Amino acid sequence: MMAVKPQQASPLRSRWFWLSPLLLLGSLVAGAAIGETTIPIDTVLKVVANRFVDAHYPIDPIDAGIVWNYRLSRSVVAGCCGAGLALAGVVLQALLRNPLADPYLMGISAGASTGAVLVAIAGWGGGVLSLSSGAMAGAAAAFGLVTLLAGAAGRGVGRSGSAAGAGGIILAGIAGSSLFNALTAFVIARSASAEQARGIMFWLMGNLSGVRWEDAYFAVPAVLVALLTCLWHRQALDAFTFGTDSAASMGIAVRPVRAVLIGTVALVTAVMVSMVGAIGFVGLVVPHAMRLLVGSRHWRLVPASAVAGAIFLIGADVVSRIIVKGQVLPIGVVTSLIGAPVFAVILIRGATSR
Amino acid sequence: MNLTVDNVGWRIRGRPLLQDVSFEVQSGETLGLIGPNGSGKTTLLRLLAGLEKTKQGTVYLGNRDISRLPRREVARTVAFVEQQASTEERINVYQAVSLGRTPFLSPLRPWALEDEQIVACALHDVGMSQLANRAWHTLSGGERQRAHIARALAQQPEILLLDEPTNHLDIRHQLSLLQLVDHLPVTVIVALHDLNQAMMCDRIGVMEEGRLVDIGTPRTVLTAARLRQTFGVHVDILPAPGEANPVMRFRQAL
Repeated sequence: MMAVKPQQASPLRSRWFWLSPLLLLGSLVAGAAIGETTIPIDTVLKVVANRFVDAHYPIDPIDAGIVWNYRLSRSVVAGCCGAGLALAGVVLQALLRNPLADPYLMGISAGASTGAVLVAIAGWGGGVLSLSSGAMAGAAAAFGLVTLLAGAAGRGVGRSGSAAGAGGIILAGIAGSSLFNALTAFVIARSASAEQARGIMFWLMGNLSGVRWEDAYFAVPAVLVALLTCLWHRQALDAFTFGTDSAASMGIAVRPVRAVLIGTVALVTAVMVSMVGAIGFVGLVVPHAMRLLVGSRHWRLVPASAVAGAIFLIGADVVSRIIVKGQVLPIGVVTSLIGAPVFAVILIRGATSR
Repeated sequence: MNLTVDNVGWRIRGRPLLQDVSFEVQSGETLGLIGPNGSGKTTLLRLLAGLEKTKQGTVYLGNRDISRLPRREVARTVAFVEQQASTEERINVYQAVSLGRTPFLSPLRPWALEDEQIVACALHDVGMSQLANRAWHTLSGGERQRAHIARALAQQPEILLLDEPTNHLDIRHQLSLLQLVDHLPVTVIVALHDLNQAMMCDRIGVMEEGRLVDIGTPRTVLTAARLRQTFGVHVDILPAPGEANPVMRFRQAL
């Protein structure tokens, strides 16, 4: 029998605490170096040094442009998306106590698609609105509708209202997603040409090609806010282990805590989807994988999932750029192609190691 | 700490689940709640735990209205063990019990040595120190129930609410759990199904269709007439040689 392990050993003693930022930086550099033309790592580092500390290394301006304007910004945004979606998965799986909960559960990606399609194809906003802001508005509308529906469904349940509230969100999310997906299909069928339809499908599967530094200015703060919010509520997230009533009886103010956390991750998801489309599997798989690696206590799970999600999506983006010569695949295709088998392996190994 | 229930009622969609319930529990007392299925025991416990707001009347912790206290403060005084609380998470017993420290922790007041000692103590009290590292999903029903009680004890409550804690346990675990509860130095309110087990409480409250129809010592409350009226059974109450309390023999349903 092992000695009783303290629940919260100092994070400074864990080697992952030291290694994970290095891994994250390494994958950012790799994301900038690898592509159609490979750029040596020392060139990447010199470009970054020139930018940040005015190092004045002599660099081919084309290389510098590719690294800084194209690849590095793209990797940073990819990392933010991965981290944000993974955090959303952690929070939703913990609060709704449903292992299948993922960031798109609340109709956010469906709403974003509808918004994007209305702007891009039906011409709403008269060219003033960008695809992203249309997607953001659509995501917000869908989330609002789903929340209202879940609230209305929860109110009629009474005694187990808080428990049913969780299930209510899932069902309302399914209903909302169906509605908005139908609207999207309707708009495409009504007014899109074949070319437009292909383009919008590509965007819906996740597309990082248009990403620039301006996107990172949104993505980085959004992820940091989400990360800090989750870490701040780590004990509350743990308290939901045995359900909402149990959390309430241990002093958690269930409704406000749930509203803050779900609202935060919904916002982050909406920001990400509006920038790069709906990238599947990250929010579902990464938290599960991290639970197996670091356990289900959130003071470890939250940072681990954020870092792992970031690294996973940066890697998936690199793969999407190089796997087919001369063509960039939608990143959602790559995440699902990698994610599904990896998830299967984790599930099987996890089951046998019990 | 005293717990006072003053004229409490609760209804759902107009259907009353509790009506005009009043009683008081003294510090250190063990109160058993008995009554047929659906008589309002669980609803009453949920109101006492502050999980639901009373729709009529007031629950007082000491002399303070529970509905005006912050959740955290209630959780530092009252611990509640639900009938069924399970998890899919891969946590061990120690982690499950340490959740009981939640009302004392905050982002700025992290886990400390003191919490560790309290959790170890709670595990010891329920006789599960040896199982601290066991994975939750490998525990038997009785062990889970003990772990839940340890989790509640880690809240260092003055009042412990237990909702049919002996359900689904074999007879040995039922008895050891009741012994455990009996020896805890806190006020206990426990909903029970087994009427013979209710005999060990200091007082018994009888629930019937949302009303508290009787409350008093086991001998005065558990009479043949009461059991016929509330539970619909014919019963013989027999003296047990060498025991303080008589035993009940159930003959037939009415």
